[in-house]
Amino acid sequence: MTSRTPSSVTALDVARIKADFPLLQRTIRDGKRLVYLDSGATSQKPSSVLDAERRFYEMHNAAVHRGAHQLGEEATDAYEGARETIARFIGAQSRDIVFTKNATEAINLVAYSLGNASFSDTVVGQSLSLQPGDRIVVTEMEHHANLIPWQELCRRTGAELAWLGVDDEGRLDLSTVDQIINDRTKVVAFTHQSNVLGTINPVAEIVARARAVRALVVLDACQSAPHMPLDVVELGVDFVTFSGHKMLGPTGIGVLWGRTEILAAMPPFLTGGSMIETVYMDHATYAEPPQRFEAGTPVAAQAVGLAAACDYLTAVGMDKVFDHEHALTSYALEGLASISGLRVIGPNNAVHRGGAVSFLVDDIHAHDVGQVLDDRGVEVRVGHHCAWPLMRRFGIAATTRASFYLYNDFSDVDALVESLDAAKSFFGVK
Amino acid sequence: MYQEIILDHYRNPVGRLILEPFDVEVHHVNPTCGDEITLRVKIDDGVVTAIGHQGQGCSISQAATSVMTELLEGRTVQQALDVEAGFLALMQSRGEGQPDEDLLEDAVAFSGVSKYPARVKCALLGWMAFKDAALQAVAQSVKDQS
Repeated sequence: MTSRTPSSVTALDVARIKADFPLLQRTIRDGKRLVYLDSGATSQKPSSVLDAERRFYEMHNAAVHRGAHQLGEEATDAYEGARETIARFIGAQSRDIVFTKNATEAINLVAYSLGNASFSDTVVGQSLSLQPGDRIVVTEMEHHANLIPWQELCRRTGAELAWLGVDDEGRLDLSTVDQIINDRTKVVAFTHQSNVLGTINPVAEIVARARAVRALVVLDACQSAPHMPLDVVELGVDFVTFSGHKMLGPTGIGVLWGRTEILAAMPPFLTGGSMIETVYMDHATYAEPPQRFEAGTPVAAQAVGLAAACDYLTAVGMDKVFDHEHALTSYALEGLASISGLRVIGPNNAVHRGGAVSFLVDDIHAHDVGQVLDDRGVEVRVGHHCAWPLMRRFGIAATTRASFYLYNDFSDVDALVESLDAAKSFFGVK
Repeated sequence: MYQEIILDHYRNPVGRLILEPFDVEVHHVNPTCGDEITLRVKIDDGVVTAIGHQGQGCSISQAATSVMTELLEGRTVQQALDVEAGFLALMQSRGEGQPDEDLLEDAVAFSGVSKYPARVKCALLGWMAFKDAALQAVAQSVKDQS
């Protein structure tokens, strides 16, 4: 099979970008070219991110927001400077940026804080409280991280969980949105872009309905923040969560953005050092956000690394990243359509769709597809992608997923398509 | 990794049926990939007379369960558990194991799987289900006798 001519040229100089990523220089499985198509799970890191973290440890390492020595000042400046960079990256103010361990913790932070508010005797807490009969709405395409925290919050408060369904093409079914997001709805939590289907959800439409019933809106931006320009003001939601490691940054850091007045009203989730105002033996009062939500020694080096990642992405240009991935996705969808017995789970066109492409190959289990691809140096994700209910919706157990990023090019897509042909031959599937 | 014998068993699995009658039924899941198996055993006088399994999974999990069924039917529970222990040890050897062909017979074909840590659980899905079912059956018969 020969490579096809891409229908559009890409905005990015991928060869130059690839050179910035040390890991992408290595080979895989006995000298084969590495074709990394699993950025939806985690992205690779450019040298500038690795260098930033290393420089922090070599030059400025000290506990943040503690003590009065020079290193402490430098570490605090680095940490708070990183907060400003990351805020700017999503059009936010730094005081509204909370650092967490990862996006999962960021969502749990919101869920637990709302739960704590529900059992609070203060006026502040009650404004955010959930009662039996209240409703939390999610969607059928959520990652477990944006589903189970809400199941548990329902269990603790007596609220009920409802969800928007997914149609056969992998788009949200909004035909019953007014019934599902009803007057008792207090929280609407949904993913900006599905990690399985690639679908980009219509944020404005859902926000409009949530606003009409005065529900809080939580947007899981794990799969969008790394791949498209994001502006929290334009999005119009109340919370945005994402992880560092999917957007060229280190593991161990996630971000919660929240509206100033809502964060100010929220009780803490994790408690301990760093998040207090005053402490007595029998009670304590808490710091203003964001410190209120950052108990324990802050993740300074990781924040510095993530800020370097934001700088890298900003220098490339998030609109160019999006356009590039859009071109790759269109090209991949065309290539996959040429393989008989292959079915894409998710939109078959690149409209309102990101670069995560899931598919099934007739008579070959996803694990076996992944194994043959791996033997050829093509690294994809297989399984339920932490979206088990979505798998059930489609009556399947697992898919193979290729996901693209700024360092992938058309030849990576060609390698995917060729390897899928090889997998079919190997398993004797016509 | 994909020995011909594995592909053969994948295409034509042994014991892929709803076993009736049976003594114990177990349902096992591999939570990392979502593969699942429902396995039934029939044990008479300490001998594994029949194994039946249903479910979904990759070629490795399906073939491993098929090979296991062929290998263990007709053995005493103790013999079957010895074979299971040998297979488990082979799977945990990270490619370094010296398979005992007299004990494992066709199951030695899975040696290569042990080099791929992510796939070891696939190969073990059916075997672990069998072990669970066999031990439950033994416990049940002890209870029945007392």
